[in-house]
Amino acid sequence: MIGLSGVTVELGGRPVVDSVEAAVERGEWLALIGPNGAGKTTLLRAIARLVPFRGDISLAGRPSLELSRAELGRLVAVVPQEPSTPPWMTVAEYVLLGRTPHLGLLAKEGARDRDAAARALARLGLLPFVARRLGTLSGGEKQRVVVARALAQEASIVLLDEPTAALDIGHQQQALDLLDVLRQESGLTLVAAMHDLTLAAQYADRMLLLDGGRVVADGSPVDVLTEATIAEHYGAAIDVVDVGGRIAVIPRRPG
Amino acid sequence: MTSVAEHARDVRARGLTPVWACSAVAFLVVSLAIGVLSGPVDLGVGSVLESAGARLHLPGVSTSLSPTEEAILWEIRVPRVMLAALVGAMLAVAGATYQGVFRNPLADPYLLGVAAGAGLGATIAIAYLPDGLRGQRMLPVAAFVGGSVAVFLTYAVGRSARRERDAATLVLAGVTVTAFFTAWQTFVQQQNSETLQEVYSWILGNIPSTGWSDVVLVLPYIGVAVVVILALRRVIDVLNLGDDEAASLGVDVRRVRLALVVAATLGTAAAVAVTGLIGFVGIIVPHTIRLLTGVGYRALLPLSVVVGAGFLVLADVVARTVLAPAEIPLGVVTAFFGAPFFALVLRTTRGGTS
Repeated sequence: MIGLSGVTVELGGRPVVDSVEAAVERGEWLALIGPNGAGKTTLLRAIARLVPFRGDISLAGRPSLELSRAELGRLVAVVPQEPSTPPWMTVAEYVLLGRTPHLGLLAKEGARDRDAAARALARLGLLPFVARRLGTLSGGEKQRVVVARALAQEASIVLLDEPTAALDIGHQQQALDLLDVLRQESGLTLVAAMHDLTLAAQYADRMLLLDGGRVVADGSPVDVLTEATIAEHYGAAIDVVDVGGRIAVIPRRPG
Repeated sequence: MTSVAEHARDVRARGLTPVWACSAVAFLVVSLAIGVLSGPVDLGVGSVLESAGARLHLPGVSTSLSPTEEAILWEIRVPRVMLAALVGAMLAVAGATYQGVFRNPLADPYLLGVAAGAGLGATIAIAYLPDGLRGQRMLPVAAFVGGSVAVFLTYAVGRSARRERDAATLVLAGVTVTAFFTAWQTFVQQQNSETLQEVYSWILGNIPSTGWSDVVLVLPYIGVAVVVILALRRVIDVLNLGDDEAASLGVDVRRVRLALVVAATLGTAAAVAVTGLIGFVGIIVPHTIRLLTGVGYRALLPLSVVVGAGFLVLADVVARTVLAPAEIPLGVVTAFFGAPFFALVLRTTRGGTS
């Protein structure tokens, strides 16, 4: 579904993403992990063609540079880390903006677009909220509204940048469970930059560990999350424990 | 899925509600009526209606106005009111457009330097172009070139200076560009003192009583600009999410922004070329509509066109009646009300997006 070959992004003359090779299958959940500044967000931005890159990125078998902006928008939806949520906008208006890539520049939303938005809102349990202004929502509700906008976009690839950073542990689980259900039901391909390694290990099929813009490990959570790799790339002392077949990363106080 | 289908009807963007659309049109109609009826010669409502009926060849209606009164009504008042309406519509919708495109609630054609740049262009045209060329056709072109250069400079200066997204930075850049262009304009003006009077009265901003020629002159520019802006109004709501998010929603941000800025600048420059510098309309009108209705750009822009037209007609009535028979410059009237209003907007803005 996504093919990355020699992808390099330079910002200010410095490679922030360096010769990344990776392939993501349809329906796969790939977690991008790595210390701060490893290039996770920049790699996501390159896949969404929001930053110039060298190398090749193919999406659904087509080179990303050959797609028009609108085609790209019908294929890839982005949930940014800090989405802009104008407080005066209603939930319905905001989720309908997700239909933009399906509309001509001068067109208005039609019945099909309202249906798609309503389905997305229903999936996230947001139908009672349609008339609410974004400014009146809590952080968790806003996060769901942003995901609903991405779903209304009906793209087969969803890129998420720290989707749970602003949420408490209960809402983190809800959000990730929901994404997992959506992935299974709709065959979405998910690529998510994540800081919480334990949470990432619970949901992702595969992990790509970036450090200094380079891929330093690629594989299942069990393969990637070892005490040695975490110590090397995060400079962190941790224990990796197996909890019922899923692994958890527990910080260890040094000394 | 039936319940979802039922809900789909509720999932719609608030467009123009009939209540707000009718209120805005009613405001415009009342303003136009006041504009046509106010003046040193009292024409009377009935006579004006009769005269209009006669012009429309309504059967059995004939005008009771004298030929002089007919001329005052149709060659002075009506064109002046029409010109004020066109210019007001343009300045208001340009302000709302700049606010959406630059994601900045303080953006206004006047504050972004467009007006000063257009002023410089027009002054150079008045001062240096030979009489034959100077005629009215070159004035909007010169004003457009000056306005475009100014808005480009403002955007470039603001971009280079801002470390984070900050509404005030763009306005400060606009103030800088305005100061520079105004100084340059004053210099050109001093060098050509024989045109001083013409340029000076132009700078203060006035709706000229020159009959239909100015209306005909600005109509195509303003018409095209307003049509382009209204056609793209849904996309302005998308741009309001920021460049990255708009791009990931399939919008070619640079092209759309360019189209909108060119349209707003072209229309503003044409308006400024005939009326001179009239500030704050682009702040007062869109923000008042926002405060009252809380709607997004798709409804805000058409409302701004209608309400802006009515607003400037009323402001022009104030300008020509308060000290009658003398006229106060219209730019003075709008600034008198606009500056305090700007302070209010500044107070409620927390350096972010509109």
